[in-house]
Amino acid sequence: MTKNGLANVLSFRQLVITLTLGWLMLMVIAPHALVIMTSFMTPDSEHLAVWPLTLQGYQKVLQPIYFDVFFHSLWLSAIATVVCLIIGYPFAYILAKQPPWARAVMLVLMMVPFWTNSLIRTYAIKLILGKKGVINSVLVGTGIVDQPITMLYTEFAVIVGLVYVLLPFMVLPLMASFEKLSADLTEASKDLGANALQRFVHVVLPLTAPGIIAGCLIVFLPAMGMFYVADLLGGAKNLLLGNVIKNQFLVVRDWPFGSAFSITLIVMMAAMLWLYVIANRFVQRQGGLDDENL
Amino acid sequence: MADAEVLLSLRKIVKGFGSQKVLSEFSLDIFDGEFFTILGPSGCGKTTVLRLIAGFEQADSGQILLDDADIAAVAAEHRPVNTVFQSYALFPHMSVAENVGFGLRMAAVTKAEIKQRVAEALAVVKLSGFESRKPHQLSGGQKQRVAIARAIVMKPKVLLLDESLSALDHKLRQQMQMELKQIQRKLGITFVYVTHDQEEALSMSDRVLVMNHGQPQQIGSPREIYEAPRNMFVADFIGEINVFDGVVEAENDELSYTVNIGGVKKVAGAEFRLEVGDEVHVLLRPEDLRIEYIEDQPKDEQGFLGKVLERSYTGKTIDTLIALENGNTLRASEFFNEDDPDFDYSINQRVWVSWIDGWEHVIKAGPLE
Repeated sequence: MTKNGLANVLSFRQLVITLTLGWLMLMVIAPHALVIMTSFMTPDSEHLAVWPLTLQGYQKVLQPIYFDVFFHSLWLSAIATVVCLIIGYPFAYILAKQPPWARAVMLVLMMVPFWTNSLIRTYAIKLILGKKGVINSVLVGTGIVDQPITMLYTEFAVIVGLVYVLLPFMVLPLMASFEKLSADLTEASKDLGANALQRFVHVVLPLTAPGIIAGCLIVFLPAMGMFYVADLLGGAKNLLLGNVIKNQFLVVRDWPFGSAFSITLIVMMAAMLWLYVIANRFVQRQGGLDDENL
Repeated sequence: MADAEVLLSLRKIVKGFGSQKVLSEFSLDIFDGEFFTILGPSGCGKTTVLRLIAGFEQADSGQILLDDADIAAVAAEHRPVNTVFQSYALFPHMSVAENVGFGLRMAAVTKAEIKQRVAEALAVVKLSGFESRKPHQLSGGQKQRVAIARAIVMKPKVLLLDESLSALDHKLRQQMQMELKQIQRKLGITFVYVTHDQEEALSMSDRVLVMNHGQPQQIGSPREIYEAPRNMFVADFIGEINVFDGVVEAENDELSYTVNIGGVKKVAGAEFRLEVGDEVHVLLRPEDLRIEYIEDQPKDEQGFLGKVLERSYTGKTIDTLIALENGNTLRASEFFNEDDPDFDYSINQRVWVSWIDGWEHVIKAGPLE
C-alpha cells in the first residue's frame, strides 16, 4: 500500500468514527443530558421548566402513589414476561429442532407481523378483545355465553398486548440457547438412565438458563415502558411506568417530574442489566459454556 | 472365545432413514466379555448399529436380544447398556464427580455409595483427584477418561464406544488403546467399539466385524481379518495389499493349486475348493513380498520382474514401490537391516519379486458378495 493509500484509509476511518460519534452525541447523549438537566429544574406552566435547580422532581417520584404505580407496573410486566417464557420456551425448542429451511420459514412467519407498526397491532388486539370484538361475537353468537365478557381495559388485556408485542424477543435468545444445546448431551443423559423429566431438570434447563435470563430481561425491561399498550388496552387503572412519564409530559406538563421519573426508570433498568451481566457470568462459569464441545 | 456365551444378538435388523435403507436383515452375535469392534468406512452403517443397541434409534423390524430378552422395545434409559460418545458429551455445567455420578443419581443410589463408586471409577481411568474439576478445565484425553468413567460406573452389560478415540492425537490415542483394552480386561464388561481406523480395530479387539454399505463383509479375529481377508473389500480396507490376478491352471493336491498369473506359474494354497479355470486374486501384504537382485533369481523359480519406482524410509521399515513389467504396481515393506547388502536398491534398478510359498492368500475374483 502506498503512503497516499494509507492516508486515505486513515481519513476514511476518521470520517466514520466522527460520523458515529456525532450521531451518538446528537441523538443519544445530548437528549439524555437534556433530560437529566430538566429533571433537576423547577416546573413552570408557561415555560415548562425553569431555573433554579431543585430536587422537587425526584421527591415527587418518591410519593406513595407512585410506589403503587411502580409495583403494579412491575407486576404486569412480570406476568407478561412469565407468559412469554411459558409460550416462548417450547416454541424456541421446536424451532431449534427444525431443519434449517423449516426454521427459516417459521422465523419469518413469526417476524412478519412485526414489520407492522406495533401501535397498529395493538389497535387490532383492541378490536379482537372488545365487547363487540371477534372473541365476544363468536362466544355470544354460538351461545356459549349470554353476555359479552369484559376483556378490554383489564389487566388481562394489557398482558395480552405486552405478550403479543414482546414474544419474539423471548423466542430469539431461547432459540440460540437451544441451538447450542447439543443432542449428544440429551442422549447421554438418556443413556445414563434419566427419564424425560430428569433430562429436562438436570440437563436442558440448566444449559438453556442463559437464554432464559436474556429473554426475560429483554421482555421485562421494555414491558414497563410500553405506555401505548396500557393506554389502548388497560384503561385508567392499569398504568405502566411509561404511562406516568407520558402523562407528566403531555397532560400535566410537569416536565421536571417526567424527566426525573425517566431517569429513575433508566437507572433501574441499568441496575437490572448489571445484575444480568453478573448472573450470566456466574451461569457461564458454572456451566463452562465457553467450552468448545458445547 | 469358543466357549463364550452369546450376550447380545441382533437378528434380521432392518433400518432405514427416509427412503435410504441403512441395514437390511442385519444379524450379529456378540459374546459375553469380548472386545468387539465394528469397522468400516463412514456411512457403512456401523454407527447405526451402535445407536440401535443403545436405543437411540428404533429398528424398523428385527430383534435385539440381550441375555435372551428382546430389548428392541425398551427405551434407552432402561437398557443396561452405556455409551461413550465420540464428542464425550460431558455435561458442561457439572463437575467431573457430578458427571460420573449422574447415572447413579438418576437411579436414586445413596449419596455415600455414589461417592464411593465415583471414586472407584475415576481410579480405573486414572483421574483420582479430578472430582471437582469442570469439563472445560480438562484436556481432550482427560475428558475421554471422564466419559469412560461415567459409563463404566453404571456397570453396564455392554459398553458402547462410538469412535471414542478419534479426536485424540496419535500418541495419546495409542496410549488410550492400551488402557481401554486393560480396562476391558479388568472389568470384564463386553465392549462394542465402532471405528473407521483399522489399526485401532486390529490392536484392541478380540473380534472384528468389517462392514460396508450396511452389509457384514467379514467377522473374525484381527489376525484372520488381516491375513485371510474374505473378499477384496476387506483386503483393501485393512492395511495395504498387493493383488495378482490369475487363473487356476491345475489342482496339485487338496486345496493346493497352480495359478497362472500373467504367464508366471505359482503354487498357491486356498481355504476353499477351486475349479480349474476359476479366476482368482492372489493377495500379498507388503511385508510378505521379497525383493531380489535379478542375478540372484534361481533358474527353477518363477517370479515377477520390475523396476524400483520409489523408496521411502519409515524408521521401522523401508518401503519400496515397484513397477512390474506386466503393468502392475507393487508395494513391498522390508525391515531395515544394515548388515544385509542385498537390501540396497536404487531407483530404476531392475529387481525380481517373489514370495515364500504359503504366504499368499487366495480369494475368488468377481463381484463382492
